[in-house]
Amino acid sequence: MTTHKTPRRRIAASAAAGLSALLLVSACTGNTSDSDGDDGGNTAVSNNDETGDTVVIGFSGPAADHGWLGAINSTAQAEADEYDDIDLQMAEGTNDPSQQIAQVETFINDEVDAIVLLPTDGAALTQVATRAMDAGIPVVNVDREFSSPFAARTTILGDNYGMGVSAGTYACELVEENDLQDPVIAEIAGIDSLPLTQDRSQGFADALEACDQTVDNRVAAEFTVESGEEQAANLLQAAPQIDIIWNHDDDQGVGVKAAFENANRDEFSFIGGAGSCNAMDWIENGEMEATVIYPPTQAADGIKLARLIAQDKGMSDLVQVEVPKRVVLNAPVVDADNVDEYRDLCFDS
Amino acid sequence: MSEHSQTTVDDQAGGSPPRTPRARLGLLAGSSVGRNLGLVVALLILCGVGVATAGSQFADVDNMLTILRLASVIGVVSIGMTFVITGGGIDLSVGAIVALASVWATTLATQTLAEDTHWIIIVTTALAVGIGCGLINGLLIAYGGVVPFIATLAMLASARGLAEIIANRRTQIVTDRDFVDFFRGSVLGIPMLVLIFAVVAALGWVLLNRTTFGRRTFAVGGNPEAARLAGINVRRHTVLLYVLLGACCGIAAVMIVARTTTGTSTHGTLYELDAIAAVVIGGTLLAGGRGTVTGTVFGVLIFTTLSNVFTLNNLSSSAQAVAKGVIIVVAVLLQQRFARRSDTRT
Repeated sequence: MTTHKTPRRRIAASAAAGLSALLLVSACTGNTSDSDGDDGGNTAVSNNDETGDTVVIGFSGPAADHGWLGAINSTAQAEADEYDDIDLQMAEGTNDPSQQIAQVETFINDEVDAIVLLPTDGAALTQVATRAMDAGIPVVNVDREFSSPFAARTTILGDNYGMGVSAGTYACELVEENDLQDPVIAEIAGIDSLPLTQDRSQGFADALEACDQTVDNRVAAEFTVESGEEQAANLLQAAPQIDIIWNHDDDQGVGVKAAFENANRDEFSFIGGAGSCNAMDWIENGEMEATVIYPPTQAADGIKLARLIAQDKGMSDLVQVEVPKRVVLNAPVVDADNVDEYRDLCFDS
Repeated sequence: MSEHSQTTVDDQAGGSPPRTPRARLGLLAGSSVGRNLGLVVALLILCGVGVATAGSQFADVDNMLTILRLASVIGVVSIGMTFVITGGGIDLSVGAIVALASVWATTLATQTLAEDTHWIIIVTTALAVGIGCGLINGLLIAYGGVVPFIATLAMLASARGLAEIIANRRTQIVTDRDFVDFFRGSVLGIPMLVLIFAVVAALGWVLLNRTTFGRRTFAVGGNPEAARLAGINVRRHTVLLYVLLGACCGIAAVMIVARTTTGTSTHGTLYELDAIAAVVIGGTLLAGGRGTVTGTVFGVLIFTTLSNVFTLNNLSSSAQAVAKGVIIVVAVLLQQRFARRSDTRT
């Protein structure tokens, strides 16, 4: 494309370029976190919760561009509010690794007592996290792992592979219970290029193998409602009769569900993933078989652990006096029988 | 657009249409069949592959309707895009406008109002947002002298940002069953969404090929200076083109809200690329001055059929991406070959 190269136009164009750059920046940084979280449900009884020395905890995470990440932020905030001795410094959520590095550098300069970090990209944040550790500030690494063991005091992770295993195991149980002969099993994955998606699919396939089943039809969506609908619509055409469908992500599940309704199909058992409030509603109404939890409370757990580390406390239910190096959370299956227990942990899509 | 860029792009596109604006206009009416023959062949080849690999599943009526339903939302946007590109512009903000319109039309306030009165409120809100964004684009470009690429890039960023702010990055579920049922319904076995796409396509075809507005669009895209000297109000016409596309985005937003029962800031992701690709494959010149609604419809159908055939065969999304690239090139090559033949005949 070319334009008339009059000076006036050129000025106007460059002014517009500047303006659009400004808009780009402002559009990408707007972030609000509402704290409608819930308490983490303390079941352990100990004196750990008694108010101790006030600890300043710096928290930095990605921009909450979908329901699960929104819940990560709000539950972290809510958990910090539970304790009088936590002073939480919450950095603006961002998807730009360099901005997140700057945030961690600020925490180091402010000499906070602990840092909780859910990195936009684990490898990109490893170096600055190592620097924080070297400066004597314990770092709690949440959900996306650093590439060096020296970058974090404690790592707390959801279990993507385990999520797939849980879903696959549940599918195997369905096959056995309903005595399905040669069942058609379908999978709607998230973004295929992400390691987390690959882990989930691998876990699913491995668990199915245990009962001699395979995934017959597989599509990959993009974690968005629209892509979920589109992929599910094509998937339903590819398989005229399906027995079990596992959809990796309940955020995109809203679209997947719409596709089922558009095609008037409900002959299959529908299993979800992540554990949104919509999914819990569907399970209660019998429109969904089950969903596999991927805890949106990891950062809240990270805050709690950071507090214990900074106050030199251990975990009350362990004999060991120190907080463990690595905590991998379980990926439990929620179905009609136990949906009440998990209701409080659900998040809005 | 300068005339120089115009001629070089023509050469690249392989066709050699007559250089004078008047002869160009004459050519447009006559050669659309020849131009689209390549696309028809490409689509038939795809369908052949579909039938050969997935047989009865592909040729099933339900499957055909699924393909058409998936094509309709991006199809409506692409038809609007055909007008803007033919008129010598480009719009990168279509996906963001669809997102903003879908979010605005599904806020609690809008939905409450719709429940108290009628679901038409949801539709009018989406249309108003689309037209409003299109108007801003058009005014910035025609009267502000901002390059279309930059003006719509700014709109892309700000409209999606605003959508995120309004929706608080949440998915807004539509509770109005009447609205959803109306758009999910069928008329004589044809899904409502497909019907809307067909109507928009038919109106678009008439508007571009049979009205003064269409002739002015070709003139403005082909040579704005000549169009101005011929007495066309180029600025006003440019604004109208972007408003038209904005309205198409509003319609598409209504369709996607009905299809997914949600409004969210993630709707319409990468629509700008899909729409521009469909328009260009269809045979519309990226430099403006030549455009075809029929070609655009084929362009959209080729893409949608492609992903359907791939899913029926259970192939990975990565393979789909590679094939998409290959298909773009093959379709354009075919189309040029046939277009050249039809040009020599006229």
